[in-house]
Amino acid sequence: MSEANHYILTMEGISKAFPGVQALENVDFTLRRGEIHCLVGENGAGKSTLIKVLTGVDHPDAGRITLDSQEIHTKSPQHAQTLGISTVYQEINLCPNLSVAENILLGREPQRLGSIDWAKMNAEAAGVLQRLLGVDIDVTKPLGAYTVAIQQMVAIARALDIASAKILILDEPTSSLDANETQQLFKVMRKLREDGVGIIFITHFIGQVYEISDRITVLRNGKLVGTFDTASLSRFELIAKMIGRSLAEFDEMTKIKLESSKHIESEAILEAKGLGRAGAISPLDLELHAGEVVGLAGLLGSGRTETASILFGSDKPDTGSIEFNGKTVKDYTPLGSIKRGVALCPEDRKMEGIVDDLTVRENIVLAIQANKGWFKHLSLQEQYDIADKYIEMLKIATPSPDQQVKNLSGGNQQKVILARWLATNPQVLILDEPTRGIDVGTKAEIQKLVLSLAEEGKACVFISSELEEVLRTCHRIAVLREREKVAEFSGEVDEHIIMQAIAGSES
Amino acid sequence: MKKQRSSFSIRKATESRLFFPLIAFALVLVIDLILVPNFFRIEIRNGNLYGSLIDILRNGSTVALLAIGMTLVIATGGIDLSVGAVMAIAASVAALMMNPWVVGKELTVELQRLVMDPTYTYSPFWLVILVTLFVATMCGLWNGVLVAYVRIQAMVATLILMIAGRGIAQLITNGVRIQIFYEPYAYIGQGWIVLPFALYLVAFIYALTWLFTRRTAIGMFIESVGINPRSSFFSGISERKIKLLAYTFCGFCAGVAGLVASANIKTSDANNIGLALELDAILAVVIGGTSMAGGRFSLLASIIGAMVMQAVNTSMYAIGVPAFALQAIKGVVVILVILLYSEQVRGFFQNIAASRKEI
Repeated sequence: MSEANHYILTMEGISKAFPGVQALENVDFTLRRGEIHCLVGENGAGKSTLIKVLTGVDHPDAGRITLDSQEIHTKSPQHAQTLGISTVYQEINLCPNLSVAENILLGREPQRLGSIDWAKMNAEAAGVLQRLLGVDIDVTKPLGAYTVAIQQMVAIARALDIASAKILILDEPTSSLDANETQQLFKVMRKLREDGVGIIFITHFIGQVYEISDRITVLRNGKLVGTFDTASLSRFELIAKMIGRSLAEFDEMTKIKLESSKHIESEAILEAKGLGRAGAISPLDLELHAGEVVGLAGLLGSGRTETASILFGSDKPDTGSIEFNGKTVKDYTPLGSIKRGVALCPEDRKMEGIVDDLTVRENIVLAIQANKGWFKHLSLQEQYDIADKYIEMLKIATPSPDQQVKNLSGGNQQKVILARWLATNPQVLILDEPTRGIDVGTKAEIQKLVLSLAEEGKACVFISSELEEVLRTCHRIAVLREREKVAEFSGEVDEHIIMQAIAGSES
Repeated sequence: MKKQRSSFSIRKATESRLFFPLIAFALVLVIDLILVPNFFRIEIRNGNLYGSLIDILRNGSTVALLAIGMTLVIATGGIDLSVGAVMAIAASVAALMMNPWVVGKELTVELQRLVMDPTYTYSPFWLVILVTLFVATMCGLWNGVLVAYVRIQAMVATLILMIAGRGIAQLITNGVRIQIFYEPYAYIGQGWIVLPFALYLVAFIYALTWLFTRRTAIGMFIESVGINPRSSFFSGISERKIKLLAYTFCGFCAGVAGLVASANIKTSDANNIGLALELDAILAVVIGGTSMAGGRFSLLASIIGAMVMQAVNTSMYAIGVPAFALQAIKGVVVILVILLYSEQVRGFFQNIAASRKEI
């Protein structure tokens, strides 16, 4: 068998430019039959663009794509699908108000006498989920009733079930899955690999790269760094290739953290007493001190986001109260919080964070302007000054402050939202999954930033699905389980003790 | 490496925003140039300018006024179907205040002579304007409350006033069409200072609105709410207040348009003033490039959009299209203009260009 026949897919010399950004420059990529190939790189490295070019969302400026030794020009994701290229995107593209079964079989519903055969459809959908993913759920319920993790599974099931996929692209499918669900997914991926499907797997979790992949392709700033056999590349080498610098600073974190913990003040800025909301979070007590980073740890759906939401005032509590600098809070609204000096970077960047058609500058000044009111208008010059300051401080990669924020990569969008909140000069900063879907380099940057903000005297709440990250960044950790605060740890804590608290008594 | 496209900047964006409406306007005028002799002739009489082009500007001023308010409403992601009816209400209020006698029983000869005096008005002129605009603004406020606070869908909420408004306008004048003889009022619609007076009114309201939205944070907040209400909420922007403001202001603009329209025909005609103009105003905004889904807006582009609509109307008359066929042909023209904007059509041409390159 000749070498070329191994490759189910080859992409050669792919280039693609967007206004102000050269997203891909002369990138080569190959995929073998029956392999799991990880595509890694920092934000803005060009991973998403490469996938979009392959699936026909974007059209390349240059380069050729060969599938099964035949040159192809994908016109649209539908076209790609008929060629055997199926994709599950990072953001779930399903209809939350349709049932799970409808979502899986949308457009291919089994029919009888000209109308949909519901019984058959539900049975088929349940069968697909069971067979492919080993997931057993009620497929007649609306998709929106399930957690993001289950929704992700449904999206994968749909992609797998449509046509016989030769290539399956998974764009950060694990970013919202817990360890157990991730293992389920990996099981499915291994089975598909045996069946000869080529899988392109995009992830930010380095551990997962080594657990599952056969080969790794690294991109940086739109250029190909190289393709490597996973077995012959050490983790350290991989990360060095991704971010192009050494990782000594990771070890610095512990030192910085210890150093900064000296600045914690004894008086609480914000004190929640019996704060709760029916159906969201059971009443809990929480104190936030100046100079301290408090972590909220727990599984998906344990009530972390709900707690953040109530602390910020985007949801109103039904029980308990918040005392801010000794005064009881009455105005439970985002604007009230902004005026007090409380800020929240929400979990859902796309829906609750960015305003995509507005420019970077406008996105940054939005909250500070809302605080000033309608008529105390920041002049254009002041707006540029603020925007420039944070673009420089947070190293936001944008050609200009007047770039529309939707043209930025995910990590840079996250930084823009962070800038929006830092500009309001808050006393309390709540960060809900600030590093989700963000590359290793930016992650470390954000973690350091959080610690340096604490050192300046801010109280920070840090929420993350990655326990390692919480451990590294937080002085104190509150553990949530099933919408209830179950424990609180401070000082040097062993990872296993926290894991036990998260998992509950049985483990 | 391919040549990079130039980066985005505010100035370029506004330029491109005006570009397509102006192209559309030019397109209509070019058709006139070919088909209608003397279309571009402008005469000077008593120092004032007259001609078909001036007519377009003058008759387009009502829709332009509506389009200014409608732009803000559409930018928040809403729509206001009631502006035509609000115009009728405004006209009825103004006429009643100037000439309340007609509404009662028959007039004595003396009274009849009095009301036909072009210098007579029952309420002082300033009060007529003030009360009329106040009533129109309250109509807008009503819409705003229904949409922003009662949370009724904009189309349904404003449909209520669209239907009921004409009835209210009739009730105000007790079903009578009041003729307006007072000259200063008629000047609003018929006056001329080199250019028609109504045009200065459009310029004034435009300038006012521009300052109001672009020299405050309101314009940015309107766009932000229109693009992503949830993100705006998390950033501390009150979506409800912004929407309330937009609908209220739209009512105010409809009031001004009502003054112009009734002054132009010198009567309060509750059945016909502003009839179907809400649709012209919405189309003007669309031609101006503001997305019906809300978001970025340009007031000037909407005004040009209004002029495109009027140019189509005037041209049809000038070409000699019979009145009954007018609406149908207008529909065709609007479709052509909208097609120019559609992403699909642009994408289609880009695809054709791309596939040519490949071959």
